Amino acid sequence: MTTTLSSPATTKTLEISPAADSAPDSWVPVCEESRLTPGRGVAALLPDGRQVAVFRDRTGRLYAIDNRDPFTGAQVLSRGLVGSADGRPFVASPLLKQRFDLETGRCLDDDEVAVAVYPVRSK
Amino acid sequence: MSADMTAHTPTIVLVGHGMVGQRFLESLADRGVTERARIVVLCEEPRPAYDRVQLTSYFSGRTPDDLSMVEAGFMEKHGIELYVGDPAESVDREARTVTARSGQVFSYDSLVLATGSYPFVPPVPGKDARGCFVYRTIEDLLAIEEYAKTATTGAVVGGGLLGLEAAGALKGLGLDTHVVEFAPRLMPVQVDEGGGAALLRTIERMGLTVHTGTGTQEVVTADGAVTGMKLSDGSEVATDMVVFSAGVRPRDQLARDCGLTVGERGGIAVDELCRTSDPAVFAIGECALASDGRVYGLVAPGYEMAQTAAATIADATEETGETGETVKGFTGADMSTKLKLLGVDVASFGDAHGTAEGCLDVVYSDSRSGVYKKLVISGEGVLLGGVLVGDAEQYGLLRPLTGTVPPVSPEQLVLPAGAGAPVALGPSALPDDAVICSCHNVTKHAIGQCESLAEVKKCTKAGTGCGSCVKVIEKLLPAPKDKGLCGCFSYTRSELYEIARTLRITSFAALLDSHGRDGAKGGEGCEVCKPTVGSILASLNNGYILDGEQASLQDTNDHFLANMQRNGSYSVVPRIPGGEITPDKLIVIGEVARDFGLYTKITGGQRIDLFGARVDQLPAIWTRLVDAGFESGHAYGKSLRTVKSCVGQTWCRYGVQDSVKMAIQLELRYRGLRAPHKLKSAVSGCARECAEAQSKDFGIIATANGWNLYVGGNGGATPRHADLLAQDLSDAELVRLIDRFLMFYIRTADRLERTSTWLERLEGGLDHLKDVVVHDSLGLCGELEALMAAHVDDYQDEWAQTLDDPERLRRFVSFVNAPDAPDPSVRFVPERDQIKPDLTILTLGRTNSTLEGASR
Ligand code: SRM
Ligand SMILES: Cc1cc2nc3c(=O)[nH]c(=O)nc-3n(C[C@H](O)[C@H](O)[C@H](O)COP(=O)(O)OP(=O)(O)OC[C@H]3O[C@@H](n4cnc5c(N)ncnc54)[C@H](O)[C@@H]3O)c2cc1C
Ligand code: SF4
Ligand code: FES
Repeated sequence: MTTTLSSPATTKTLEISPAADSAPDSWVPVCEESRLTPGRGVAALLPDGRQVAVFRDRTGRLYAIDNRDPFTGAQVLSRGLVGSADGRPFVASPLLKQRFDLETGRCLDDDEVAVAVYPVRSK
Repeated sequence: MSADMTAHTPTIVLVGHGMVGQRFLESLADRGVTERARIVVLCEEPRPAYDRVQLTSYFSGRTPDDLSMVEAGFMEKHGIELYVGDPAESVDREARTVTARSGQVFSYDSLVLATGSYPFVPPVPGKDARGCFVYRTIEDLLAIEEYAKTATTGAVVGGGLLGLEAAGALKGLGLDTHVVEFAPRLMPVQVDEGGGAALLRTIERMGLTVHTGTGTQEVVTADGAVTGMKLSDGSEVATDMVVFSAGVRPRDQLARDCGLTVGERGGIAVDELCRTSDPAVFAIGECALASDGRVYGLVAPGYEMAQTAAATIADATEETGETGETVKGFTGADMSTKLKLLGVDVASFGDAHGTAEGCLDVVYSDSRSGVYKKLVISGEGVLLGGVLVGDAEQYGLLRPLTGTVPPVSPEQLVLPAGAGAPVALGPSALPDDAVICSCHNVTKHAIGQCESLAEVKKCTKAGTGCGSCVKVIEKLLPAPKDKGLCGCFSYTRSELYEIARTLRITSFAALLDSHGRDGAKGGEGCEVCKPTVGSILASLNNGYILDGEQASLQDTNDHFLANMQRNGSYSVVPRIPGGEITPDKLIVIGEVARDFGLYTKITGGQRIDLFGARVDQLPAIWTRLVDAGFESGHAYGKSLRTVKSCVGQTWCRYGVQDSVKMAIQLELRYRGLRAPHKLKSAVSGCARECAEAQSKDFGIIATANGWNLYVGGNGGATPRHADLLAQDLSDAELVRLIDRFLMFYIRTADRLERTSTWLERLEGGLDHLKDVVVHDSLGLCGELEALMAAHVDDYQDEWAQTLDDPERLRRFVSFVNAPDAPDPSVRFVPERDQIKPDLTILTLGRTNSTLEGASR
């Protein structure tokens, strides 16, 4: 029997920087980190109306990419399944299942397509 | 580096940043020219190169950014100077300079013209009125979209390839659409008379009005805006807007002005190396008149020219002056095309019109289904070309066979599948040098070097253009040697089921870390194994599927207990067992639909679907439904859908058993049962079979003595009639046999394998199945029944369970940081007194390919 001492006494807040694809300038708080189920995402609304999909993987690493699925135009990437292929983390769009690399935003099934990536941290 | 190289860095100026221009830049980069030369690009349009071929997909939701052809950072990485919105105004060949509109002057060593074409507008009165458009650039589309908002009717001048594409766009924008074509048939360049007739019938059936054999005489206007069109046959068409699509003309003005040779009918004349009459100036793409005397209006030949020009220039800038490669000149290209126009497949290839001397044709035509196929064959039996309308399935095979004597007789090649002798011709019959992907000029041999479709796309680009070759490519790839479920597991689904069952593994992570492939252990899994294992765990454990780790395994639909629709909204399907419903419950459904503004439709499964709910509305909708006694219909799950029923003995004069009662009993027994794929059933009250039980995974037909059980039926894309498993069963015998059958299927089927395909694959087939589930030859039946009993005992309604628990409800928000904000991107517009998603959806354009596993 092992005991896990993981239940955090102080909850951490997850923050996104609205500066897509570049170094963070400012941070917008999104939610408590515990709201994220490992392997699933949530959608967050930025002050200017952009939507960001935020994910946490099994190891606790965080990722944030644009929520819009470029293949269908629907704001749904946050609702896709997270996985890894050759060590790269990805999310598969829930509509037509194209996969997007969570670190770079590149579509793994179509070289010409990519979505924006946002800096994300937990504080 | 040699001394004189440092003295002079050559400058290459590209005029025109369209599809071909961009390909030229990529080619220069590939050859390392960007490292040793200065490259200047003058781009007239307000944005860098984009995919003009996919232009129309803008109307189905692609943004201008999605259409971009320039990889992020490409220009910076290769140090290319791009001047957007700054066209070239003049060229001084003497001084070797180009002057841009901004006044900047650039010296060049090599000048490349890739100025494309402009749409030809016939010189008819009124052609410049408000409401007249062309169809070439993103700006054109934006203007058309804006103007269409106030229009009800639109007319397209020109019934060629682009005209029909424009007509599809107008129709998609909700306009009554007319097409006017001067020639006696549609798509006169690509198809012959018979093909044109088949196309015409199909297009008219879609509600477009086609006027062939007549020209546009005048655009009628009032107050400077379009109101109609006068045609040369004397008739008049009332219309609010006109789109000219009467062909394109090469943009050769710049070349004319500086004295370069142009063709009599336009086009900058070039030689095989794409050099114009001035060897320092090149022309590529649609503006060029190739050495074979033709101007090519397709992108593939343009790409070839881009490679040729880049290779020639690469040679010239090579410091050693030696030829690094032998430049393959551009001597002409294939004009084959395959398109899906307004949802109709149209293809033409080779000598489609049969112009070769002494050629013969073989024609198949079926005007009922709008199918027309013609092959042109030489006297010696060589396939020269052909036209396919309505069914272009064979295009991928026929095009590469052009120029050879096909291995089977021509009539076998045009007959539809199922008629006459089966065609034994597969892609394996193609020669190694057959070009399979004409967009990217990829041969069968090159494809043979790859293992998977993904690899083919990455390494050869084949299949990434129009997509029409993908089917053939798939057939050329080796059948996967590895039977494993996915990149994470080398076991099949049924092996994983056995592992989880016997080792009592209850979490995905534990299964992956203990039984995953080496590289996958400790990883995240993937979109294939996660839902599969989630389903296995649900079949074995019967618990709530969305707690803890299991939540991360479910497909989106299961995760929100509803089906995602194309705009990100959801549908709601309450269970209506056997299709029987009280008036009171019907009224509740009506009230819920009305109060939440949901689109309502009777489904093909004898129940009611409510569409258009935002994710944050689902709990409130279900609260009302659960309160009224409804429960989840699992329309989202790989689980039991409906047990349809006919009205049966109670009312029907022919009925011999109570089919409704049995259907309800079965639906309540198997509801919520997670399986490799969805399960459907039906019960008919007599052999007239009004419930269509023989098309179901398990179907029951009443007899005077009891029930007959049929299994392995399927509707859908590959229908299969069910097989009779046992006859004249009592109620209890029936239920017991279905229990065993379903559990045996769940245990041994592959992921996404319906009972029909499973039964086809099962070694020993129906006889083996009978042995196992009727005669208990493996001694499994007791266990199978126990598993089902556990399922029945543990069943709980997922929606009621969800509503009871605030923690579980927390996920039903559009935004985690704004739980009360509805998602503004989910919008609707009215349609037939209800709503529909606010997307302009076109049925035309290259099909939106769905990746494997996307179906639900
Ligand atoms: C709503 C409905 C159409 C309708 O308006 O009538 C429908 C809608 C869908 N069907 Fe269906 N099917 C519906 C009856 C059918 C029927 C008729 C029947 O069940 O009697 C069939 C043929 C019978 C059969 O399955 O053998 C049918 C064969 C399919 C197939 C092809 C299955 C196959 O084995 O080939 C798919 C795709 C799949 O499952 O992979 C599919 C998939 C779908 C999906 C789930 C597509 C998707 O992934 O989004 C649609 C989602 C609906 C939603 O969001 O609520 N639907 N679908 C019907 C719902 C019935 C119900 O009350 O649950
Ligand atoms: C709706 C539509 C659908 C199509 N579908 C298909 C298809 O299915 N298959 C197919 O093979 N082809 C198709 N085509 C044709 C295909 O798009 C063209 O063959 C291809 O774009 C040609 O590339 P290009 O670079 O030569 O010309 P373009 O892509 O037209 O690029 C030329 C560029 O040069 C610019 N330019 C012109 N003059 C100057 C100047 N003086 N200075 C600076 N810039 C200048 C223009 O503004 C333009 O941006 C389609 C075309 C359209 C419009
Ligand atoms: S299947 Fe037989 S019992 Fe049922 S409705 Fe049809 S005729 Fe009547
Ligand atoms: S033929 Fe168009 S992508 Fe291959």
